[in-house]
Amino acid sequence: MRAQVWGCRGSLPAPGPETVRYGGNTSCVEVRVDEGTALILDAGSGMRPLGRVLAVDKVGVIHVLLTHLHLDHLQGLAFFLPFWSDDVELHIWGPPSPSYGLAERVAGYVSPPLFPVPLSDVPSRPIFHDVPDEPWMIGSALVQGHAVVHQGPTMGFRVTADGRTLAYIPDHEPSLGVDLRQVEPDWISGYHVALDADVLLHDAQYSDDEYAAHVGWGHSSIDHAVAFATAVRVERLVLFHHDPSHSDAELEPMLDQARSTWPGVRPPVLAEEGMVLELSPAGVTVDSRHSMPASETVPSSE
Amino acid sequence: MAVDKPRSLLLILARELATNVATPMFVVDVRGALVFYNEAAELLLGQSFSVTGPVGPDEWGGAMFQMEDLDGNRITVNDLPLAKTLTERRPAHARFRITALDGVKRTLAATSFPLFARADDFAGTLSVFWEDEG
Repeated sequence: MRAQVWGCRGSLPAPGPETVRYGGNTSCVEVRVDEGTALILDAGSGMRPLGRVLAVDKVGVIHVLLTHLHLDHLQGLAFFLPFWSDDVELHIWGPPSPSYGLAERVAGYVSPPLFPVPLSDVPSRPIFHDVPDEPWMIGSALVQGHAVVHQGPTMGFRVTADGRTLAYIPDHEPSLGVDLRQVEPDWISGYHVALDADVLLHDAQYSDDEYAAHVGWGHSSIDHAVAFATAVRVERLVLFHHDPSHSDAELEPMLDQARSTWPGVRPPVLAEEGMVLELSPAGVTVDSRHSMPASETVPSSE
Repeated sequence: MAVDKPRSLLLILARELATNVATPMFVVDVRGALVFYNEAAELLLGQSFSVTGPVGPDEWGGAMFQMEDLDGNRITVNDLPLAKTLTERRPAHARFRITALDGVKRTLAATSFPLFARADDFAGTLSVFWEDEG
């Protein structure tokens, strides 16, 4: 299983010289397990450059898994090249709603007046699915989606293939009303999404000081991300969903804080555009241009 | 590794709510197990959740407290609002008396309502209790 980060910024794209290192595109992670099929976690603005690559590679089957429908997780969809092709099989999965179908909710963005072309005119004619309660297969990947604490209906996803598990919870406030270091772990939101995962990409939007002014906004502080990842015993924590106001220089002290309290063997890393995670029976490698020394880009011991 | 059936987010949120309010609350799952009661409920029951832990559907009620209606007739857990909510999946309300492990008889009012996740995904019930001598 190979995962590549195409966007890891939260809330709003943040291009510019201060964010070059970790990137300004919003949430989008490509997961490849089988030849000819792509699994995409969220449709943030990072989806636009990913679309060009998938078009060149002539990937014929694409599954887009939306954690939720906030714009920073959806805004790339209408600029995703395969979306405009009648030659792909495009599946879009998202959180169920008791009131409106997923297509109807997505059309709230992909339609006038917010977008010039209505969803009904999109050539790929996407097939929309509610995320089911039970695990399901996409190719040879086992996928599970569970509701997690955020603002509005939101899922976390767990993808297992090649004997390895990648967990993805980009928007998550599991600390709301509880002490993550005291409560029994299986009473923590997201527990079953991330339990014993080899890699967890998790919300780390705020510094601890910033969180105090944003309680209930649906995001985590660095300390919460570390506490959550510790409670669910993940091997490797990737700090994700960087606040758009945080420059590269401001993110790195946050990483230092996460590493200083991390009890595991493999230190947390900051997600960055272009980061590649290889998960195979031989181990997990993190190929990151900036956020970790080359010496850490080695297979895990398992 | 394989994971067990995940706990409903609604139960997690209900427990968080109960943990943070001063009103006695029970959180009961879809099987009828008492999966959490808060500190205020501990005062009514006379025992701590940290001691009892989750209580199975057939274990609580009579073992934890004796119940009677306002006329003094013995009632069972099946007569409580939360049992009605569990079986009928609708809100319910009642007044009754309990004698908990501390030996004190109290008159309570209880309101119970169903927790539905998504359209018809029944996750359990949340029951709120008040001491009610009126």
